[in-house]
Amino acid sequence: MEIGMTHYLALSAFMFTTGVIGVLTRRNAIVIFMSIELMLNAVNLSLVTFSHYLNDVQGQMLVFFVMTVAAAEAAVGLAIVISMFRNKQTINIDEINILKY
Amino acid sequence: MPEINLSTAFFIGLGSLTIVASLGTILSRSPVTSALFLVLNFFALGGIYLLLEAQFIAVVQVIVYAGAIMVLFLFVIMLLNLEDEQRLTERYDVKKGFAILFAGLLLVEVLYVVGLKTPAIAPRLGTVAAEIGTAKYIGQQLLTEFLFPFEIISVLLLGAIVGAVVLAKKNFGPERATAKTTL
Repeated sequence: MEIGMTHYLALSAFMFTTGVIGVLTRRNAIVIFMSIELMLNAVNLSLVTFSHYLNDVQGQMLVFFVMTVAAAEAAVGLAIVISMFRNKQTINIDEINILKY
Repeated sequence: MPEINLSTAFFIGLGSLTIVASLGTILSRSPVTSALFLVLNFFALGGIYLLLEAQFIAVVQVIVYAGAIMVLFLFVIMLLNLEDEQRLTERYDVKKGFAILFAGLLLVEVLYVVGLKTPAIAPRLGTVAAEIGTAKYIGQQLLTEFLFPFEIISVLLLGAIVGAVVLAKKNFGPERATAKTTL
């Protein structure tokens, strides 16, 4: 059995779906962040796959930039989580509804 | 028994490790366990990047993701001292059932598109497959063709640093500097 592009893309699709389920079902804001990281990594995997099979470096450059954006997102997001916890003593997203009318 | 070569065996091993770790991330009760499963997932993905001959990305994946970002996550989890969440099955309701149903539909849809027909791929000529993943080649591209995005991303990181410090500061604004907070 030879491993081709389809197998890598299927693995990426599975990881992405796992991340989607995590975002939709979990209550903890930090776990939701981790699920977002899962989705970003799934997309990174498909980008590296395309880069490998198209013999083109652009996919890997995009992965590099996605990683930078993920780092920035994690830093700002966790700072928001900390300030939310300071005000409400919880980070369960269904208990934080101060923007709700 | 069909012949299995080494890269296939590595793909099966690392791929199943990736799947198990990503499921563990969303299913485990404690946020710390979730974070450790996610670290495992990132290591397995680094191995898969090596299979795809992307050496630089594999190393960056382990250093930046598993090293830096996950340490930040664990630091915040332990700083906040969170209690365990209820298990997914213990608080099942209709909304969550629909969420899982539609996520499953998404998976089926993407797998259908992926398996539909492999497009005729024309690999770019003039580059060697094993060379484009090396730090040398990526560094050359980064400082020539991708110089502008590279500089923009450094501004983005600076903005993120400033934003994180401002958001996580206890009080900001002169009028609130003396106010007592409960935490």
